[in-house]
Amino acid sequence: MISQDAKKKLQAIVGEENYLDSKQSLVAYSYDATPNYQALPDAVIKPRNTQDVSEIVKVCNEYKIPIVPRGNATNLCAGTCPLEGGIVMIFTLMNQLLELDEENLTVTVQPGLITLDMINAVEAKGLFYPPDPSSMKISTIAGNINEGSGGLRGLKYGVTRDYVIALEVVLPNGNIIRTGGKLAKDVAGYDFTRLMVGSEGTLGVITEATLKLIPKPETKKTMLALYDSLEAAGRTVSKIIANKIIPTTLEFLDQPTIRVVEDFAKIGLPTDVGAVLLIEQDGPLEVVERDIKRMAEICQEENALSVQIAQTDEEGTALTTARRSALSALARLKPTTILEDATVPRSKIAEMVREIEVIAKRNNVQICTFGHAGDGNLHPTCMTDARDKEEMHRVEIAFEEIFEKAIQLGGTITGEHGVGVMKSPYLAWKLGEEGVEAMKTLKMAFDPNNIMNPGKMFAKESRKRVVVNR
Amino acid sequence: MSAANDKRQQELAIDMKQGMDYDELINCMRCGFCLPACPTYRESGGNEAASPRGRIALMKAVVDGIMEPDEDFEKQLSQCLGCRACEPACPSGMKYGFLLEDARDIIQKKKKHSLPVKMLRNVVFNELFPKPNRMRMVSSLLWFYQSTGIQKIAQATHLTKIAPGNLSAMERVLPKVPSPSKMKNRPSHVASEGVAKKKVAFFSGCLMDTMFMDTNDSTLYILSKSNCEIVIPKKQNCCGALHAHSGEKDGAKQLAKENILAFEKVEAEYIISNAGGCGALLVDYGHLLKDDPEWADRAKAFSAKVKDISEVLYEVGMPKMRLEPQTVTYQDSCHLRNVMGTFSAPRKLLQSIEGVTFTEMKDADRCCGSAGVYNIIEQEMSMQILDVKMKDAKATKARTLVTANPGCLLQMKLGIERAGLQKDVRGIHIVDLLAEAVRYAEGQA
Ligand SMILES: Cc1cc2nc3c(=O)[nH]c(=O)nc-3n(C[C@H](O)[C@H](O)[C@H](O)COP(=O)(O)OP(=O)(O)OC[C@H]3O[C@@H](n4cnc5c(N)ncnc54)[C@H](O)[C@@H]3O)c2cc1C
Ligand code: SF4
Ligand code: SF4
Repeated sequence: MISQDAKKKLQAIVGEENYLDSKQSLVAYSYDATPNYQALPDAVIKPRNTQDVSEIVKVCNEYKIPIVPRGNATNLCAGTCPLEGGIVMIFTLMNQLLELDEENLTVTVQPGLITLDMINAVEAKGLFYPPDPSSMKISTIAGNINEGSGGLRGLKYGVTRDYVIALEVVLPNGNIIRTGGKLAKDVAGYDFTRLMVGSEGTLGVITEATLKLIPKPETKKTMLALYDSLEAAGRTVSKIIANKIIPTTLEFLDQPTIRVVEDFAKIGLPTDVGAVLLIEQDGPLEVVERDIKRMAEICQEENALSVQIAQTDEEGTALTTARRSALSALARLKPTTILEDATVPRSKIAEMVREIEVIAKRNNVQICTFGHAGDGNLHPTCMTDARDKEEMHRVEIAFEEIFEKAIQLGGTITGEHGVGVMKSPYLAWKLGEEGVEAMKTLKMAFDPNNIMNPGKMFAKESRKRVVVNR
Repeated sequence: MSAANDKRQQELAIDMKQGMDYDELINCMRCGFCLPACPTYRESGGNEAASPRGRIALMKAVVDGIMEPDEDFEKQLSQCLGCRACEPACPSGMKYGFLLEDARDIIQKKKKHSLPVKMLRNVVFNELFPKPNRMRMVSSLLWFYQSTGIQKIAQATHLTKIAPGNLSAMERVLPKVPSPSKMKNRPSHVASEGVAKKKVAFFSGCLMDTMFMDTNDSTLYILSKSNCEIVIPKKQNCCGALHAHSGEKDGAKQLAKENILAFEKVEAEYIISNAGGCGALLVDYGHLLKDDPEWADRAKAFSAKVKDISEVLYEVGMPKMRLEPQTVTYQDSCHLRNVMGTFSAPRKLLQSIEGVTFTEMKDADRCCGSAGVYNIIEQEMSMQILDVKMKDAKATKARTLVTANPGCLLQMKLGIERAGLQKDVRGIHIVDLLAEAVRYAEGQA
């Protein structure tokens, strides 16, 4: 609950029109893209600038009101669900591109700018911002930074983390700090910039970010390879990398996914194949042509059933559509779609996907897997119905087993979606109790009153690992 | 809040619980992909409650008992254009339009309208649109008003300004209505000019066959020129779109049945519509009547035959078309594009006219804010959306602004007036332009 006193103070900062607490507003900001989570905040607030944010945070710190910063709530870990009430802070009034510095190759933006809007502005100048989460049409830069988002181009170019070079942050005591700068080299003190990336709104509010840009690649080519076994596709992935080729994109779909995609999109994929690889390379024309040719050969050597190189940009787009429609197709099957995010070293992909199949069968749940083969980031996706409590229980067990296996193979519980509430019980599996303890100590130092996105990242109770070695 | 109001809200909540399709409500996976497509979300500066994801969440919250169906809730649903731009953007294949229709229908049934509004609704939904004779009568009155010079006097003396808000401007952009005698003698069969390639049935509509009768005549003309034999069943009625979108679902169902009956009696390959808004409801008859065992299959069969005029013309091929050199741009009708999926055929037809330079405008697929009676009920938002649209239209430097739906056409004409472009730009229905181009080419040959 927010006292009348605190409410008055908050309204005085942003103006009454930017403080919303009608029932309708509370409902509209009670959820994010994570299935099955919903909780009403006490109010929604729209700061207009950094100063507003600082003053809001001070009031909240004084009255111990939780703050949930919210981009566009596309995250899949319940990271913006206000489970402990408080205020949801939104950045619709802080969504400007502040500066495009063509000399230093940087772009400086406000937190609420939509990722794609920024990408378009940057590309119009012949520059390139590689991180491209599938949600970029609607995700915000601050959301990307706080989740450490990655995309299809992550293999070659890295993820959001690799492009954030300077931040302005409002700390939980209201202090405004600046980290990093337009510098390639900087070792003055702790790397606070990196610390903030992936911090999921638990350490402070990001109010400005400077991102690194690179020149736009001149050309791009796409191809699609079909396999009758998962192993063959897996071997191809390893062999491409072993041949010292780093493609922009190396995406993978398993058989159940292919079947569903074809059912839905009718693009002529053979439904009896075991796996599909979607491969893309960009850069100077000669390099692209050489790499694509060599990769096509490797696909053949590993017994691909067919290798299809797109001749035109349009054909290329049609092929990527096959991959991108995966989620759409799956989402239409059943009411609840749980898109998970286990990651393993890329050499273990085939093994992991096999294991997912076994786990799904054992628990009698429907799981399809697709993902980023190049970086080992898999999205086992479960189609279920949240109303079926009994099935949901089995789904939970299945995912637990999947995370377990991922860790066992040297992987992690989340490659790009973040911990939030969803994965918090499993965080210790990855970090160990000591690791979680160290992180908690850090959080306490920044935010002693625990007002920043409370309940996220650190679970009240960790899930015990039942089986460590099988 | 009064006790009566409380009671009403409670009852409404119960009706929502019983009447809403819960399976569909939980189909939304809240990914937010629909947000950028939604005009009200954008125009409200990114208000989640004014987005499709938000509106679905609100409906679900009412059903779940998290929230009362309060005034805010009703207002939010009323603010939705019903343009359904959110549907093609949605990976889950949400049938947002159906949810909206259901919710509005439920709200409408519980609504205590003030007496004048009640009377007006009764006249519009029960006495006017479903009754072709009455439609003709009202149009005749309008004709009388327009042709006797009263209109000019009223305009000159600013009498029309007394009418609320847009109505006065609307009045100025209404088409010149045909005379009553012309309206009475509508054809029921038109032969194809050459050997018939196809036999088609024409859905003539209510507004289209009175106020926009010239456009219907153009339609028959070009269909015949394109060698289609056309039947126009006499017993057909208003499509029911206005009813369905205003929460008068029972009325819409009644009209649907009358139309199915009328068109079952003729044999034709397609049922052609030339108004995006009507066509979209015609293809949804299957859904509208899905729970009626007697009609479900018949409705499905009817809907399967429905096609937009431009799709058919593109398929059968048009005779030679030419116009004075001019730049043309096209504003999509939301329902034509988002529900019927028609967007390339009209563009290809326009591009095939000799003399025409086709320039695509920015966001041509975004709603113009007309949306049935939205531009009267939600005037402020509607005009905000329209002004953005006119800026985009103006940027194309087009002299001819083409649409495919009467509501959109009026809205465009209104927009042209608001932007002060009357001298340079004209708004026209696509079939009127095509007919003009055929005639022009013939005149030159
Ligand atoms: C269909 C779909 C596809 C997706 N594809 C991908 C993908 O390919 N790759 C990927 O990595 N992710 C993906 N995601 C997940 C999600 O889109 C990303 O995590 C995205 O970065 C979230 O951005 P957002 O603006 O929606 O942030 P939100 O979801 O609103 O917030 C994310 C986190 O950032 C915090 N936050 C937001 N703004 C601030 C701020 N100013 N200061 C401090 N903290 C803040 C929030 O508290 C929260 O913890 C996908 C999601 C969906 C639904
Ligand atoms: S795109 Fe579809 S599933 Fe996603 S939030 Fe919008 S309506 Fe829901
Ligand atoms: S119908 Fe149009 S206005 Fe309504 S929610 Fe969908 S996109 Fe927005």
